Amino acid sequence: MTVVSLETYAENTWCPGCGDFGILAAAKAAIQELVREGTPLENIVILSGIGCHGKIVDYINVNSFYSLHGRVLPAATGIKMANPELTVIGFAGDGDAYGEGVEHFVFSAKRNTDIVLVVHNNMVYGLTTGQYTPTSPKGYQGKSTPKGSPEEPMNPIALALASGATFVARGYAANKKHLIWLIKEAVKHRGFALVDVLQPCVTFYNTFPYFSKHVYDLQEEGHDTSDFMAAMEKAREWNHRLEGRVPIGIFYKVEKPTFEEELLKGRRPRQMPYIDTVSHVLKQHI
Amino acid sequence: MARVAQVRKTAMMGDEAVAYAVKQADVDVVAAYPITPQTIIVERLSEYVADGELNASFIQAESEHSAISICVGASLAGARVFTSTASQGLALMHEILHAASSMRAPMVMAIANRALNSPLNIHCDHSDVMNARDTGWIHLFATDVQEAYDLTLMAFRLGEDRRILLPVSVNLDGFILSHSVEPLEVLPDHEVPEFLPPKDYPYAIDPSRPATYGAMALPDTYMEFRLQLHEALQKVPSVWGEVSRSFEEVSGRRYSMVKSFAVDGSDAVVVALGSTYGTLKHVARRLRDEGLRVGVASLTMYRPFPEDVLARMLGDVKAVVVMDRAYSYGGLGGPLYTDILSTLYRNGVEIPVLNVVYGLGGRDFTVRDAEEVLRMAAEGAERGGFPEKVVWWGVRR
Repeated sequence: MTVVSLETYAENTWCPGCGDFGILAAAKAAIQELVREGTPLENIVILSGIGCHGKIVDYINVNSFYSLHGRVLPAATGIKMANPELTVIGFAGDGDAYGEGVEHFVFSAKRNTDIVLVVHNNMVYGLTTGQYTPTSPKGYQGKSTPKGSPEEPMNPIALALASGATFVARGYAANKKHLIWLIKEAVKHRGFALVDVLQPCVTFYNTFPYFSKHVYDLQEEGHDTSDFMAAMEKAREWNHRLEGRVPIGIFYKVEKPTFEEELLKGRRPRQMPYIDTVSHVLKQHI
Repeated sequence: MARVAQVRKTAMMGDEAVAYAVKQADVDVVAAYPITPQTIIVERLSEYVADGELNASFIQAESEHSAISICVGASLAGARVFTSTASQGLALMHEILHAASSMRAPMVMAIANRALNSPLNIHCDHSDVMNARDTGWIHLFATDVQEAYDLTLMAFRLGEDRRILLPVSVNLDGFILSHSVEPLEVLPDHEVPEFLPPKDYPYAIDPSRPATYGAMALPDTYMEFRLQLHEALQKVPSVWGEVSRSFEEVSGRRYSMVKSFAVDGSDAVVVALGSTYGTLKHVARRLRDEGLRVGVASLTMYRPFPEDVLARMLGDVKAVVVMDRAYSYGGLGGPLYTDILSTLYRNGVEIPVLNVVYGLGGRDFTVRDAEEVLRMAAEGAERGGFPEKVVWWGVRR
């Protein structure tokens, strides 16, 4: 069976060695595998926010939506609710998802909308050249905090759990095989799925050396993903300080009714002439 | 007699010049969120705070909406307050912009003007501030880095004046001014408090005199609050005169609400906001030497709108070209154009006016473009009209 090409003509402008490359490679591989396993390519929609990560939609040749800073999740929710048959994958940065857009994060988890959020968590605002973000450790010396950030970081894994997310995971940009698996598991999960990805920023906060030494696989060591309290305990094992071991893998996974199931009860809000007629529409207009 | 202080000559980017003025203004609270192209302003301020050169609370908020909300609270508590943003950041602040002016919370905000989505663009135009035009803020425009510095200092004095008590925006063209290094004269630190004494807010939150801010006003009182806002803005021109004279005493630089070049005796005038004024002036000087009777004007103060000054200035010319770096979609043209049309109409001036919409999303407006526009203006004066009402400059169709 042939592998669908997701290449685009856009020139990649990320810094050489950026953790975003790992996420891009894993996302492409995951989409290719999903297509091979039967998901129509036309049914996949990806979104991004504003920040270095945002360019990912330029580099993957699928339906895409460039949203405003922080607004990946409401736009993703709108797309999913208008057409629940679509596979909706949002990419966001840590400033994007956990700062400017944090209310959307909480509410997407609370509603359990069947969408995936992959967060490029580099613990720094890279595109504006190095200020501290919601996940930067206290004391981080960024461009807006020469004497160190005065704030404790937010724990997105714990916040997702507390907000009611039904799939909560963490990946590492340098662990491609594991990240492909996580993204696929997140897509296959019915409900809101968070994949927080440790994504070192080689220019402003190079955490590769630390993470490569200190991440460990929850599933390899054994962890009950249906146990909320165990998930919360693992979530609190590490919180963005470059100290101690860093768990990656699936923290929590349970089945609950999704937002669109509860709201639509099988209705389709709009009958759209899509999927098999996309090429027909294109022929008409181009 | 004017006593010009010993100035220090230096060179800075527009963003740095604003930050330097804010430091000299000795602000108490700075709250902002990173966004290009204003980021350097708050970075410099954070360095001043970290180095102990500025004793202020520097807060990197979780969004622009939060940043400006922090500023409103701090301003009403009596602090001198600064923030800066651009584009989407200003759009996200929008509801609080109204609250800041109508709660009469003085603060200064630098806007490194940048286009709005979509499509995504980080370059200069004025769509961001024009979106905030009717929020009750005073809006000032710098045409170069020196003005960005000067207007920032003057903005504090103007907005905090007891007769005004309003927030002020200082607009500097994104990248064109925010990131351009230009020669700059700065006031010595000790001269600044003389021009700009510490903030003395008459209604600061005071536990011994409990008060409610922003309470509900029903139909029987709401309009009176809004009228007060309008009346405060009407007082701005006369207070500006005082502020401007006082600033001239320390700096030697004079700021009228509308600046102009060779308008007297010209047949046609081109009006623009921001850095484009410099380009137009540069070319107009040469064209005048060739005998073309064209002048150039720029509004240092866009809100409140300097109607009287413009009516006088344009009352005797034969044609006007108004340049807009923003557009009122579905409307008659750009916002500055419609303002000037209205000014001319209600002051009985019947002359042809052409609207040139240019430079959206940072599209270059070069010396060659300026020459074409100035020649077009002169031609309009000579022929007594323009073939079109609105021209989208240099756009592909």
